[in-house]
Amino acid sequence: MTDTLTPVAAPPALSATRGAISRTLASRPALMTYILLVLLILASTMVPRFAQPRTATFLLLDVVATLLMAMPMTLVMITGDIDLSVASVAGLSSAVMGVLFTGGMPFGGVVLICLLVGLACGLFNGLFTAYVGLPALAVTIGTLALFRGLALVVIGDNAVSNFPPAASAYATGSFGATGIPLVMLPVGLIIVAFAVVLHMTPFGRTLFAMGHSMEAARFVGVNTKRARLLTLMSSGLVSALAGVFWTLRYSSARSDNATGLELVVIAAVVLGGVSVFGGKGSIWGSVCGVLIIGVINYALRLNRIPEVVLVTITGLLLIISVVAPSVVASWSAWRHRRRRAREIDSTITTAGALSA
Amino acid sequence: MSSTSRGRLSLKVGAILFAASLALTACGATVNDSPASPDTSAGTDASPTENAGGGDLSITFIPKQLNNPYTDVVLGGGKKGAEEAGFTTSNVVGPLDASASSQVSFINAETQAGTSVIVIAANDPDAVCAALKEARAGGAKIVAFDSDANPDCRDVFVSQVVAKDVATIQLEMISEQIGGKGDIAILSATANATNQNEWIKFMEEELASNPDYKDIKLVSKVYGDDDDTKSFQEAQGLMQANPNLKGIISPTTVGIAATARYLSTSEYKGKVALTGLGLPNEMRSFVKDGTVKEFALWDPAQLGYVSAYAGKALADGTITGKSGDKFTAGDMGEREVGENGIIIVGPPVRFNADNIDKYDF
Repeated sequence: MTDTLTPVAAPPALSATRGAISRTLASRPALMTYILLVLLILASTMVPRFAQPRTATFLLLDVVATLLMAMPMTLVMITGDIDLSVASVAGLSSAVMGVLFTGGMPFGGVVLICLLVGLACGLFNGLFTAYVGLPALAVTIGTLALFRGLALVVIGDNAVSNFPPAASAYATGSFGATGIPLVMLPVGLIIVAFAVVLHMTPFGRTLFAMGHSMEAARFVGVNTKRARLLTLMSSGLVSALAGVFWTLRYSSARSDNATGLELVVIAAVVLGGVSVFGGKGSIWGSVCGVLIIGVINYALRLNRIPEVVLVTITGLLLIISVVAPSVVASWSAWRHRRRRAREIDSTITTAGALSA
Repeated sequence: MSSTSRGRLSLKVGAILFAASLALTACGATVNDSPASPDTSAGTDASPTENAGGGDLSITFIPKQLNNPYTDVVLGGGKKGAEEAGFTTSNVVGPLDASASSQVSFINAETQAGTSVIVIAANDPDAVCAALKEARAGGAKIVAFDSDANPDCRDVFVSQVVAKDVATIQLEMISEQIGGKGDIAILSATANATNQNEWIKFMEEELASNPDYKDIKLVSKVYGDDDDTKSFQEAQGLMQANPNLKGIISPTTVGIAATARYLSTSEYKGKVALTGLGLPNEMRSFVKDGTVKEFALWDPAQLGYVSAYAGKALADGTITGKSGDKFTAGDMGEREVGENGIIIVGPPVRFNADNIDKYDF
């Protein structure tokens, strides 16, 4: 028994590893990586002036806010919730930043309060969603308007622009000749932190479980309320940080900053493989989703393609990214059914031939 | 197996989409107005300095937002000016929404394209500043038009009109139309509209100080809130409250059109003079049926036209943007750079039965 098993046991173990590798290479995040790389190569060869360090600076600065917001959004959507108020939280944080700084508060304190405001916004969303039990969609549509309204109350029609030059320089500067913006360092750390939490901790596993079935997760002892509250609070906090960055990058604190960005964030995250029904997604996929949209927009803009076309392409991409997996799935299911039918057919024929 | 085939499919779809969008790019590139020139986008590694220094001058207009009828007229003038001034390439790019930060990525793309002159109507004077500075560092000249950017980050600002000129031309017109004496009223936009209030202030000062207007009396100021219905009702109310009214000035396009509509159907048609700031296309029928004799507005096309020439003069080094610099703006003659690098396009244009058919905006 053991004699016969040992020799055959080795190949399955080997093929299991090989299977894991090929699964990783064919997984959605890996796919997004390939698409991103293909896009980068195509853009570098086909779009004049794309292959320059300057592209790295401008392109990355363009996507930083989206990239930041996409991190907690990935977590929130994996649990089956959604946060539509992210751009409004950024707007509110920008408005608060402008008013406090004009009021003479030191810059560090201003940023701290902005982050606390974001955390409070997230807490508000989280309490109504997790503890009162309202759908996140409804709550955050409400706060989308509410937080934007508060921003207008805080700062009105004014724009504040005289932030410390050092802070603005940090927000727009880059690492020498590489063209990579300075802010990518903290942004990179935040991405890593979210990746660790989602993919390497028990907490992260419970988020996936909740996305598949909130009921089941609760029955196995997951504190679903706390988890939903925490993800929405992280969303508020990071969105406020994105608002601070936005304000410094454009050196303009206004109530209408980042308007409409929530849809770009959600589009990128969904493109990156996060399921709108929860339970599926990865941090790396979302990062790729953001960068893919960023690269396409940037390359086309360099060629002065009208904005209308850009918006259309983003929309098409999004629809394809949602539709393609289910089309492929139903196609392979159909193939499977046909093969089964043929097998049954042939069995029947052979059976018939035999009986005859 | 199924997951790898799915992978290949998505990869293919992505590649096809991107290739398609690049194909669109090719169409997009032919849109620009370069007749037959080795345009800048053809050279793969064209560096900014090469473009700025060479004979090939390119100009790009970045309006506040695209698809706005007023902007289209301004840009029409800009295209014409750019062609006449001798730019090899002229482009229009811009955001769909007029938010503060939306113009920055377009400025960045132009910086990278090495465009010689960027003409911009800033949505926010400070938000575009850093990007414009970077463009200047790359050799571009910056002309702000319509709405100024922070003076630190542009070379010149081309402004439509001087506020005082707008006020005086309206008084001149009403005085001519009512024979220099009688009661007049003003039907404005909202009570706190910055532009209108500035013009009204100048009009009141002029009425009080200029002996030519000593017999003209401003009896009432009403506000139609730039709403067609409200303006119509205010015009009606104005006539009922002031039976001796000889003339109405409406320094807003919505107000003058609504008032004209009221007057044209009332007994006051042709008896009560109406003038102010209006759009030729909206006012044409009222000028033809005799309700309105003459009104004024600046010609938006001239704004674009002068901006293009200002850009050319900057790129050639004819002007540097300091006060007192002079350049020739094609058919419109010589223009001078004033304080803070501001260039004035010129006095408003008067529209009447003789010339109104020449304008389409």
